[in-house]
Amino acid sequence: MTNYQWDFFTVWQNYDLFLYGMWITVVYTFGSIFFGVVIGFMTCAARLSSWRSLQAIARIYQEIFRCSPLLVQLLWFYYAFPLLVGGSIDNRVAAMLTLSLYVGSFYAEIFRGGIVSIDRGQREAAAAIGMSPWQSMVRIILPQALKRMLPSFINQSIIQFKNSSLVSVISVADLAYMAAVVNGQTYRPLESYTVMAALYIALLLPLTQIADWVERRLRASD
Amino acid sequence: MTTTSNDAVLAAVGLRKSYGALEVLKGLDLTLARGEVVALIGPSGSGKSSFIRCLNMMETPSGGDILFRGRKVGDKFRDAGETIGIGTLRRQVGMVFQHFNLFPHKTVLQNVTEGPIVVCKTPRKEAEDRARELLAKVGLADKHAAYPNHLSGGQKQRVAIARALAMDPQVLLLDEVTSALDPELVGEVLTVIRQLAEAGMTMAIVTHEMAFAADVASRVLFLDQGVIAENGSAQDVILKPTNPRLQAFVARFRG
Repeated sequence: MTNYQWDFFTVWQNYDLFLYGMWITVVYTFGSIFFGVVIGFMTCAARLSSWRSLQAIARIYQEIFRCSPLLVQLLWFYYAFPLLVGGSIDNRVAAMLTLSLYVGSFYAEIFRGGIVSIDRGQREAAAAIGMSPWQSMVRIILPQALKRMLPSFINQSIIQFKNSSLVSVISVADLAYMAAVVNGQTYRPLESYTVMAALYIALLLPLTQIADWVERRLRASD
Repeated sequence: MTTTSNDAVLAAVGLRKSYGALEVLKGLDLTLARGEVVALIGPSGSGKSSFIRCLNMMETPSGGDILFRGRKVGDKFRDAGETIGIGTLRRQVGMVFQHFNLFPHKTVLQNVTEGPIVVCKTPRKEAEDRARELLAKVGLADKHAAYPNHLSGGQKQRVAIARALAMDPQVLLLDEVTSALDPELVGEVLTVIRQLAEAGMTMAIVTHEMAFAADVASRVLFLDQGVIAENGSAQDVILKPTNPRLQAFVARFRG
């Protein structure tokens, strides 16, 4: 190891592959966060509805996706699911679908937790001035609940950013996948994977700083 | 006091409420006439709070009816056929809670204007002018821009009263509104309620303040084990009780 000749130049010559990988990582992260929010919101609404069967369906979905590893879900959706329905599935579709369903199950719990944590008296006070359940939810409950959800939401999204690297196992050309490609071309694993790690940190560090800042601001306004 | 159906604003007929196997209200009747102030007293667990919360359907009765100005209140939010909706009822029957339940993310002024603007679609300017008037009336004209968390308990409760009054209610329901307050803050809230009574506001008041009830109420109901055990003037019920359980109850509060 002492005689190792570092050679970042060879690796850096493939900077376009890293840039493309970063772009794909960002697309899958924010894409799945967007779809995850939609799924999470619907699941949360189903859990809070008074329709028992809807509650049960939402609950089953949540438990399946929260209680199995994301890697297992990716493998299943890409390799097993197509056999089940008799067809094939594009690896990019499988990746986005699985990432979204995975994070959606956690978002649903964050949303639900935020809403039920609001004191019952708030709903009663809104009802007492004649507000409909919808008006009460939109004007009184959600503004307070969103504030409580935000730190957990940002935290889960940061985890999602890192989890997106798992899509490389089904050949989606994200940052982790591209680092492996560069390694294959240059036979420089130390440099390839060090650059990959540094790029992940460079992408995530601003996000964790924003999360800290948001949390401080929320605490200050209490 | 006798009431005719003409001046009856709010009435409960054979009202029952059960939580599982526990029956807390066992068929109660009450007619609130316009301008009447009825105090509900009784030991804890007697059903006072459940009763007053059924009057604006905050709790759904297990049996019996609520009548608002002679019309039956249905179980839907909106009016349906002959029955009036829960939303319609609550727009005209205000409620003030033991724990204030102010909206912490809104200023004092916004707390008061929220109902008129959102529920009654009152123009903002008009709602704000009215809110300032009401805040002045409860002695908080200078607090309109403050957030509830920066107010004392007594101030919060006066804002809560202003919020209820902003809807111009026909009836005001007060559920132990001084029970969560420090003793030195009780007076300022009672003063506001006394002014409302003098101005002719129809009210039902659940309270443990016997002297206040005796002073302000035109009628006092003693609830015991889910039934109305006594119903009469303050003079009869609080000052010269004959029912032995009522005597024991009142004696504890005389101190």
